[in-house]
Amino acid sequence: MYETNYHRASSVEEAVRLLAGAEDGKFLGGGQTLIPTMKQRLASPSDLVDLGGIAAMKGISDEGGAIRIGAGTPHYDVATSDIVRNRIPGLASLAAGIGDPAVRHMGTIGGSIANNDPAADYPSALMALGATVVTSKRELAAEDFFQGMFDTALDEDEIVTAVIFPVPEKSAYAKYPNPASRYAMAGVFVAKTGGMVRVAATGAGQNGVFRIAEMESALAANWSPSAVAGVTVDADELLSDIHGSAEYRANLVTVMAKRAVAAAG
Amino acid sequence: MGVEGIGARALRKEDKRFITGKGKYTDDMVLPRMTYAAFVRTPHAHAKVTNIDASAALDMPGVEAVLTGHELVADGIGNLICGWMIHSKDGSPMNMGAWRALESETVRFAGQAVAVVIADTQAQARDAADQVVVDYEELPVVVSTTDALAGGAPQLHPEAPGNLIYDWDIGDEAATNAALSSAAHITRLEIDNNRLVPNPMEPRAALADYDAAEEHYTLYTTSQNPHVARLVLSAFYNVAPEHKLRVIAPDVGGGFGSKIFIYPEEIVALWASKRVGRPVKWVSDRTEAFLTDAHGRDHKTVAELATDANGKITGFRVQTVANLGAYMSLFSSSVPTYLYATLLSGQYDIPAIHANVKAVYTNTTPVDAYRGAGRPEATFVVERIMETAARELGLSPAEFRRRNFIRSFPHQTPVIMCYDAGDYDSSLDAALKAIDYDGFPVRKAEAASRGKLRGMGLSCYIEACGIAPSAAVGSLGAGVGLWESAEVRVNPVGTIEVLTGSHSHGQGHETTFAQLVSERFGVDTNAVAIVHGDTDKVQFGMGTYGSRSGAVGMSAIVKALDKVEAKAKKIAAHLMEASEADIQIEGGELKVAGTDKKLTFTEVALAAYTAHNLPEGMEPGLKEGAFYDPTNFTFPAGTYACEVEVDPDTGKTRIVKFVAADDFGKIINPMIVEGQVHGGLTQGIGQALLENAVYDEAGQLLAASYMDYAMPRADDVPSYELYTTETACPGNPLGMKGCGEAGAIGSPPAVINAITDAIQNNNLAMPATAERVWRASRGVMAQAAE
Ligand SMILES: Cc1cc2nc3c(=O)[nH]c(=O)nc-3n(C[C@H](O)[C@H](O)[C@H](O)COP(=O)(O)OP(=O)(O)OC[C@H]3O[C@@H](n4cnc5c(N)ncnc54)[C@H](O)[C@@H]3O)c2cc1C
Repeated sequence: MYETNYHRASSVEEAVRLLAGAEDGKFLGGGQTLIPTMKQRLASPSDLVDLGGIAAMKGISDEGGAIRIGAGTPHYDVATSDIVRNRIPGLASLAAGIGDPAVRHMGTIGGSIANNDPAADYPSALMALGATVVTSKRELAAEDFFQGMFDTALDEDEIVTAVIFPVPEKSAYAKYPNPASRYAMAGVFVAKTGGMVRVAATGAGQNGVFRIAEMESALAANWSPSAVAGVTVDADELLSDIHGSAEYRANLVTVMAKRAVAAAG
Repeated sequence: MGVEGIGARALRKEDKRFITGKGKYTDDMVLPRMTYAAFVRTPHAHAKVTNIDASAALDMPGVEAVLTGHELVADGIGNLICGWMIHSKDGSPMNMGAWRALESETVRFAGQAVAVVIADTQAQARDAADQVVVDYEELPVVVSTTDALAGGAPQLHPEAPGNLIYDWDIGDEAATNAALSSAAHITRLEIDNNRLVPNPMEPRAALADYDAAEEHYTLYTTSQNPHVARLVLSAFYNVAPEHKLRVIAPDVGGGFGSKIFIYPEEIVALWASKRVGRPVKWVSDRTEAFLTDAHGRDHKTVAELATDANGKITGFRVQTVANLGAYMSLFSSSVPTYLYATLLSGQYDIPAIHANVKAVYTNTTPVDAYRGAGRPEATFVVERIMETAARELGLSPAEFRRRNFIRSFPHQTPVIMCYDAGDYDSSLDAALKAIDYDGFPVRKAEAASRGKLRGMGLSCYIEACGIAPSAAVGSLGAGVGLWESAEVRVNPVGTIEVLTGSHSHGQGHETTFAQLVSERFGVDTNAVAIVHGDTDKVQFGMGTYGSRSGAVGMSAIVKALDKVEAKAKKIAAHLMEASEADIQIEGGELKVAGTDKKLTFTEVALAAYTAHNLPEGMEPGLKEGAFYDPTNFTFPAGTYACEVEVDPDTGKTRIVKFVAADDFGKIINPMIVEGQVHGGLTQGIGQALLENAVYDEAGQLLAASYMDYAMPRADDVPSYELYTTETACPGNPLGMKGCGEAGAIGSPPAVINAITDAIQNNNLAMPATAERVWRASRGVMAQAAE
């Protein structure tokens, strides 16, 4: 690791101000991606502005038709929250399957989506549930927030403060983990919200998370695993690496979609 | 604790310090005025170094020195050696290219050290290493064994034309060819044994301290064999003569073979500490460990097994190409030869065997011994082809093996080894019973009703441990003897210190060795201390590898204990005015048989040291040493049975049940043995399902972190069921065979045999990743659907 200056903010405004004063600063969420990257000397921010002390960015609330999750909420809290478990069970089970207990207690939903790792789990849930990302500057539809591998609509000095999830009728996530990292090789989130079906896949796409229109229309007509069994995504658009070829990932996307639909009931 | 002798499940004495974070590892050592080393490593797998510019680095804060291979050579530091001479079948010695601890001319694998920066702090050293500007002229790269031998392949070393290190053979070629040509059936198999990274929990580290006044060096290092390290550093690398070099291997967090070898970094740390006049510490980070710890396996083999009309094996022909990487590591040459092909007879009576092994250079990390070293590769070939042949012959795999088991001992195989004892039927019986072999069809049908594929696989492994006797290994080319030493010091108050040449880096010697003493003298294990790992404290010894610490190391202790016992009895007889023959040791006391006369062990020890009343002419004290050189290898053997369930949708394999029935001979501490088997099995299952050190065409290791190198985790393996059968080993006083590697040796073929059974397709490469299994099972599923 290179030397860095550490700051702890207690409000979103203070965090933005601290970053503005830094030469090449970075926000720090749970540190589960940024710190390992720094330890490997692959990132060397001059300053770290820790968002962990901002109370307003933490917690989960039921706002009637939607659930609001503060961006600083760790995966463990999402996984074990009664609100999330009752209202969006697919999201709770997704959070329960991220990394290991240490990662789940430290890593945050805001950090995960700001990082937008193509193999991360959360982006699929935001896309499939039609979530809204609230930032220090604006509100963005998930669709507009994710912009491809490790890329989002966020400005350098913009903080994700919360994510708002509409409450679905049905939701489930099925993940095939990479055998080494246990990130998603293919993860599919299916949701039916206000009668509308959305299916989003992560881990497999060359440009990060993506929706699968053909599965969505098939499920809208017939919500059953067999409806998606015959739908395969185009392997040309998928990732290929030492763990799985694009063709294999295409198969996994179909299999995970089937399993997610079955789990959603 | 109390008296815990042979066979007791004694809790490990060393664990208190390990689990409370009080272990003392090399990186825990801190010396005054200590500096840190950071290596400048080539990103290219093959390149000429055209220039090294250290000027910017030298200007960085805290930097003491930037050293390159030029200074290293100028100071007369020797090239790295390979300590086992192999001759090709034409009689010529192996072709060995020069390996320098710092290479400033031609680099041959990504990660090789080109220069080193010495600075006040680790961060400063690393920052400065980033600023050393090295110019490279890239050369063409070769990474696979097949490509290495192809005409026109890039050449690594001028000493090894065609990248060929040796072309070696063993066995009777003519007899084997004759058996194959007259066979009723020939089973042919092409088998790759995947390359592995050892991954001990503690990465390598070295702390070197030069004392200019005494011209003396101290090296703390992560070694499995500190005396061998000192010997090699002295005799070949010209660092210092042995009496001017102390090597200490303190607590070491796992080795699996990778810490046998003396690496460039230790040599450089010693040399640099003299250069800068300050202690130099280097601690490998995990990326360096992936790139520079000697890798394991990496064989490509074609095997042909001949059988007669009755399903009896008549001949076995094996051709293997072994990838040794860019340089020949310390024992690399022996692994695919004498540690591999000598085990190709397996548990079977095979009249004719011939094996040809070619070893090649490639632009990859050097390959050397890794848990099992050659024996897993042999077992994989033998047990995969046994299962395949059984299927081809329409025999049950268990029955086919039984038809060919060796049943009379000693048994001379056609490939050097003479098996001393064993009972292969009984371990096979135990495994089949435990896994309910006969009930398998029912479970298979039940799984099929859920859309899953069940498979059953066996592996009847045999291996050779101890890596001794010395004269035998010497005649096969070993540069060292492979005996072991021990000294037993009874203190005046009766506590006992055992100085052993073995080295514990996770094996639990402090417990098992103490149990041996406790058994002998009836003393509390807490009254026994095991001293190891320091060349200033312990007499010369050979260290720990090849599952030898029990069979060889403890045998040396037994010999020393014999001498101590004899002297103690003499003293007791003298003091109690009895005949020596009537003295019995029991419960910590020396008694005169048939009387109530007795002395405690402590009283006898004290008498030896006060020396007020000793037998005429006896020297004072109670301390004896011994060297033990075995008469043969030991031959642990057993049967592993594995039942898997494959999900054809994803290709994911779940191991439903894994049974191990091992014959390790006499067992000192069953709990520790079980731990060794659990660890070994898990590493073997890791090789079978997950682990793969893959390179790209440019020689970049693609699996160079835990994000991509899949280590087995608890949920990848089942809860093991372990059984032991016991035939005593006649070759050593305790009848021990060794248990450290068997799990890793025997398990991969059991797993692959089970998966290929499940998917009804024998064409499956290891590791059997989900994608490979999915592809290999697709045709089968289509067929089943028809
Ligand atoms: C061993 C391990 C296993 C893992 N397994 C998984 C897995 O299975 N699935 C999965 O999805 N993830 C996995 N992760 C990643 C984990 O979920 C991380 O927590 C997450 O990717 C990043 O969240 P963080 O809060 O730790 O962010 P940090 O690491 O602190 O930050 C990551 C990036 O986001 C920025 N950032 C952080 N918070 C905000 C914010 N509120 N607004 C704007 N920018 C912000 C930072 O500046 C940085 O660029 C794993 C991580 C580890 C170490």
